[in-house]
Amino acid sequence: MDCRERASQVSRASGRLRVEGASASLAGAAAEAGRTTSPGQDCRAPTARPPERSGDHGVPASDGERGSGGTKSPGQEINRRAFLEQAGRFIILTGAASLAWDYVLAGTPQAAPNYVATDHWWGMIIDIDKCIGCGNCVRACKAENDVPTDEPGCYRTWVERYQVRPNDMEHPIVDSPNGAYDGFPEIDKPGDGVKVFFVPKLCNHCAHSPCVQVCPVGATFESPDGVVLVDKDRCLGCRYCVQACPYGCRYIDPRTHTVDKCTLCYHRITKGLTTACCEACPTGARQLVDLKNPADPVHEFMRTHKVHVLKPNLATGAKAFYSGLDGSVR
Amino acid sequence: MPGVDGFIYPNEVELQWSVLIVLYPFLTGLVAGAFILASLERVFNVAAVRPTYRLALLTALAFLLVAPLPLQMHLGHPERSFSMYLTPHRESAMAMFGFVYLWYLMAVLVLEIWFDYRKDLVLAWRASRGLKRKLYGVATLWSDNISEKALRVDDRIGRFITIVGIPSAFLLHGYVGFIFGSVKANPWWSTPLMPVVFLFSAIVSGIALVLLIYMALCRIRRVAIDMPCVDTIARYLFYAFLIDFSLEMLDLIHRLYEADESLRALDFMVKTRLFVSQIVLQILLGTLLPIALLAMVQLLRFSERTRRAIYAAAGALTLVGILAMRWNVVIGGQLFSKSFLGYTTYKMSFATREGLLPAILILILPFVILAVLIKVLPPWTGGGEEKPVKA
Repeated sequence: MDCRERASQVSRASGRLRVEGASASLAGAAAEAGRTTSPGQDCRAPTARPPERSGDHGVPASDGERGSGGTKSPGQEINRRAFLEQAGRFIILTGAASLAWDYVLAGTPQAAPNYVATDHWWGMIIDIDKCIGCGNCVRACKAENDVPTDEPGCYRTWVERYQVRPNDMEHPIVDSPNGAYDGFPEIDKPGDGVKVFFVPKLCNHCAHSPCVQVCPVGATFESPDGVVLVDKDRCLGCRYCVQACPYGCRYIDPRTHTVDKCTLCYHRITKGLTTACCEACPTGARQLVDLKNPADPVHEFMRTHKVHVLKPNLATGAKAFYSGLDGSVR
Repeated sequence: MPGVDGFIYPNEVELQWSVLIVLYPFLTGLVAGAFILASLERVFNVAAVRPTYRLALLTALAFLLVAPLPLQMHLGHPERSFSMYLTPHRESAMAMFGFVYLWYLMAVLVLEIWFDYRKDLVLAWRASRGLKRKLYGVATLWSDNISEKALRVDDRIGRFITIVGIPSAFLLHGYVGFIFGSVKANPWWSTPLMPVVFLFSAIVSGIALVLLIYMALCRIRRVAIDMPCVDTIARYLFYAFLIDFSLEMLDLIHRLYEADESLRALDFMVKTRLFVSQIVLQILLGTLLPIALLAMVQLLRFSERTRRAIYAAAGALTLVGILAMRWNVVIGGQLFSKSFLGYTTYKMSFATREGLLPAILILILPFVILAVLIKVLPPWTGGGEEKPVKA
């Protein structure tokens, strides 16, 4: 499959996601999360882009372009048909989905007015010094994305607590009880000079993802905006991608028997919202970033902070950038 | 958490690949090894192993037919597996393995067996009546030309297919090794030696299997074992084993000497969770003991009876050792966390989809298929003179 074919396939997938979301009118958890945006946090506006005009993407031409006259002309026939089409769309679909519908039908959902996938390159900044290990992000993620809470080993995100003794970086004591869903129990006696800190983890949305490489049917793919997604309708459940992920970010959903992982809340970020975990973080330790957006504060942050990625030796092109990452973290 | 030592990533609690995935490289290895043994006679003109030529081919076919079954049973959505052929992801080692498998099955094994058996099939077609005749007609593809010239052409094509088959067999099992060896996230697997180690262990296991089956069938049929044949096979088994063991030791020494950050985790594992399967079963009982037994036969003189007993013991131990090796690679590679900070445990269930019971049934199934194949395509007719067992 060449790049163009793949991009088109991916676009179709992203289009599907968006239209479903749009028809749901940001119902439920997404709307709930939207209301709870803290003032200091960056809840991005959608990239506004006027729809391209006439013809190219199957958009009907305007009345003026078609002309009108007193006699019954083919143009009037088209007008009637266009009217019925429009009316039908608005009855069946809600406003946002209706606007995108032309583009979806034309096979170019990325051209829909509300989101242009290729204009973005998503990642995340995690500021270790700001994380307090409250587990809000884990709970928000599970609630937002319907991640099982009663099954072991199902986490799209989790938080680890490191205790590092002085001069013993190679043997940290690490825990993450229930992925920090309930936060952490207090440490009785951390010991003299022991360094304690929290490390939130999630899919690194690698630009050269080993998980994408190994999937035998291409059910796992990188979207044009840099998000690693899974098409559950294609996934065989062979678990090769789970083996290939160096960060332990994938699991098998016991309900669907397919692989599941962080989608970077794709249904939210394509509507201009931030992820559920970022939304719920009380200290702003996690920040969704768009590396393609020149106005994104990420560029300033990268300039002024020392950032690192996990397991850089594996050259996965990880896009979860950690500030203040300790060498003991694995 | 019970069964967990130290810290593992929260998603690593459950092992992803079960005992069924242990069987997959084991079965595929037996196929490749059996075929390599068959090619000794066909391509390298080792006449002594002729009695096992057809048996080795049928064994390879029986095991190859079963090889994808454990994979299929392991899938979350087995009904979608065919999409690997329809819409394969060309960068995926696993997707391409489907094509390697098909190539090996259809273009190598089935074709070679067909050309080798064509004369027998035509004769059976001529001699049979009714439905049996129709079935043999299909099997011969309704071509009954068994003139000397036609048979010469068959032989030439068969030889050509075997020549193509040798790299194909190498590819088949080397590829299985590559599926594991190319996972850079897992230091236990990630080594370029993996395909080579898999290949030689496959040759070892396939030769041992055919040796055992041949000796068992001779006993069942009350026919004398062709001693030059088994002596030759045992010699090749010994040589292949030496190469295999050297490669495995090279891998081990390299890891120990390089001593990267994963070594601590792996070292701990071998001393604890994998001690029995790795040190006892794989290395001591499954490798060193059979090598010692086979070396004894090369160096000392034994009676035929003793040699037969030694070969049976060495063959059986070899199969146990190679199965343990597959276990240590597949299961062992999942017992430690990718954080290198902790370990988990594999709890094998019994009568579940991925439990011990289906694993045992899958191991038995190739023998059932082989029995049917032997009934339909008797391998002895082309195997030279056979003598009954002396009373």
